[in-house]
Amino acid sequence: MKSNDVSIVLAGVGGQGTLIAGKLLGILAMKQGLDVKVSEVHGMSQRGGSVITYVRMGDKVNSPIIEEGTADYCLAFEEVESVRWSKLLKKNGTLLVNNQKIKSLPVLLGKAEYPTDIAASLQKAGEGRAKIFEFDAYSAAMECGSVKAVNMVMVGALSASMDIPVELWEAAIQEAFATKSKLIPMNLMAFSKGRTFVTGD
Amino acid sequence: MKTIMLGNEAVARGAYEAGVKVVASYPGTPSTEITETIATYDNIYCEWATNEKVGAEVAIGASIRGARAMTCMKHVGMNVAADPMFTASYEGVNGGLVFVVADDPGMHSSQNEQDSRNYGRFAKLPVFEPSDSQECKDFAKYAFSFSEKFDTPVILRLHTRVSHSRSIVNCEEAEPTIVREYTKNVDKYVMMPAMAIKRHVVVEKRTLDLIDESENQLLVDGIHKIEMNDTKIGIITAGASYQYVKDAVPNASVLKLGMVWPLPMHLIADFAKKVDRVVVVEELDPFIENEMKVAGIACEGKNLFTLQGEYTARMIRSALTDEPLPEVALDADKLPTAPGRPPLLCAGCPHKGVFLALNRLKAQVMGDIGCYTLGTLPPTSAMDVSVCMGASVGMAHGFDKASDGADSKKTVAVIGDSTFLHSGITNLINAVYNQSSITVLILDNSITGMTGHQQNAASGKNIRLAAAPAVDLEALCRSVGVASVRVVDPADTFGTEKVIKEELERDVVSVVIVRRPCALIPTGKKPRGVNIVLDNDACKSCGACSKIMCPALIADENRRPVIDPETCNACGLCVNICKFDALKKKEEA
Repeated sequence: MKSNDVSIVLAGVGGQGTLIAGKLLGILAMKQGLDVKVSEVHGMSQRGGSVITYVRMGDKVNSPIIEEGTADYCLAFEEVESVRWSKLLKKNGTLLVNNQKIKSLPVLLGKAEYPTDIAASLQKAGEGRAKIFEFDAYSAAMECGSVKAVNMVMVGALSASMDIPVELWEAAIQEAFATKSKLIPMNLMAFSKGRTFVTGD
Repeated sequence: MKTIMLGNEAVARGAYEAGVKVVASYPGTPSTEITETIATYDNIYCEWATNEKVGAEVAIGASIRGARAMTCMKHVGMNVAADPMFTASYEGVNGGLVFVVADDPGMHSSQNEQDSRNYGRFAKLPVFEPSDSQECKDFAKYAFSFSEKFDTPVILRLHTRVSHSRSIVNCEEAEPTIVREYTKNVDKYVMMPAMAIKRHVVVEKRTLDLIDESENQLLVDGIHKIEMNDTKIGIITAGASYQYVKDAVPNASVLKLGMVWPLPMHLIADFAKKVDRVVVVEELDPFIENEMKVAGIACEGKNLFTLQGEYTARMIRSALTDEPLPEVALDADKLPTAPGRPPLLCAGCPHKGVFLALNRLKAQVMGDIGCYTLGTLPPTSAMDVSVCMGASVGMAHGFDKASDGADSKKTVAVIGDSTFLHSGITNLINAVYNQSSITVLILDNSITGMTGHQQNAASGKNIRLAAAPAVDLEALCRSVGVASVRVVDPADTFGTEKVIKEELERDVVSVVIVRRPCALIPTGKKPRGVNIVLDNDACKSCGACSKIMCPALIADENRRPVIDPETCNACGLCVNICKFDALKKKEEA
């Protein structure tokens, strides 16, 4: 893999908007004149299952899939999904975690435990080996008007971790929501809130 | 113009640029978006057909009439379309004819992982296989003229990672839509034995011509590609596997085949001679590998790689190199175990109420293909068997006959509205005719749900959402001789249970239409907000409401329901479940 490749994992629960976030990152890559591949999973996993979207950009991208230990950034849209997909993150990569908890069927049935204090476990497991940011994207999205904005809060946090001008991100958001233009202000607001989780402003 | 497109969108774009005139398909993941994208091109006639066989036959007819035509399906859909496809192979085409099939290695949303390349060999049709969105567009476009040049239907084989990956596509102007002249020609288009015997000779000759084209022209046209690098290892591959190979062993020499049937054995043999070690990298069956071995070309393949699921660059790197695998950032030993997260029925899903009823009845349930296959999982756990589209009704009849009718007292078939029209209706006719006593539940949610909400012949709208005639399911069932046809609302789960119980008792075929629109479509989706209210004094903390596993209802630590107004669809199932009238619809509270 070439050095200018960037691999981004978007992991969440069906319905959390990982597909739209992936599409937006594709637009963003094109705006930088890069090659890009975005791999999605449709179908069965949309019904509240665990979903994953891979985004790879660079001068030339081959495989659309991100493998163990190769993701530069891993965005967990739900807390336990960070644990499920953490193996994809490469050494010294960045993990961005929404601390929102969505209990899955086995947990609701009492057949599995939802782990306690995931944040502490992540810090311990990634000590000196990963940059980890955990924050409340759910509340931030609700402050913007809808739970549907969680994805843009996550994208905002990612933008603050990457070296791409903020104007380019905002233009990509405008383009991704071009057909639903009344949603643009809310999503730009959510994006800004997401940035502050990483910049600390 | 460069744009980023899903592989499926790019196939549609390629067909559009080729001047396709008629597209008829049945939805099926991962192929659905091709036909949905076709519907955005106003100049193309397109439709949701009742099943893949119908879609194929519409496309065959349009092709013989002189238009470029296409039909798209998932791998198991090709089994349904196979009958017309095999004989269309003998008849050839007039306007270019393309069968698009999307395989699903890894079974992201399928019941098996059959390798559709086998259909090329079996039906004697050329098979093209793109590896990214640009090739999806280019190959789709190329396939139409290729079809006309060789007088053959063409299979365009995709798979999930190609269909559902976005990458950059360079779009071009569309060619004009041309409808060729149609001339009656029974020797070519009526396959009675006398004609078919002669056409079979033509087909075998055509395969030789296709091989010749593959050996000599497809490299020139950029369909096959040879990348000579380090000659210690030479990889022969196609489709998405090519991308994994490029990441795993970037210095290897590669022969990338864009047409995977029939195979260019001289090209392959020449490539093999130039490298020390030949490895075939192909997901699923050893299709290229076996053909090479038959031709006496030594190679490796399935001795290194699995027959199951998707490949990865990591898998190929491990098999072919001794490079260390990338280091993972987080120490897995210090992380807790993530609980599983299987998909589940949505908040307000009409299937929930009927499957809870079947669970209480301890019914034997012959299942079918759709969202309701999730009825197999807890908390409903109400499905015994599921095979393929339409099978539920036939299997229930099989249970009836095998048990001398006894099992029909406790066995139902469940089948969605779209699936029933796809291939359940023939089974229902068969059951009536053969004096079965089965009970069939048609789960009519007014849409084709699992594939992402496509219209169907009973939904009242066409593919472009214009008004269309809707099949009257009750009248249809009565017309084929079903004596008892009743309609229930599954949100009334106890009322539904009562009706099913009564119908199970009957000694004739009965149909219960379980009707409520999908909670995700405009006619089924209710405004968000507080729809259900809890009477705190009446609640006995019994926990019954949370056991239905509605995503909108969670029990607090005292087993009292907490309803999420953002998710609740006001179906009232929880209201009906509560024995203490503690939950009420807002307007009734």
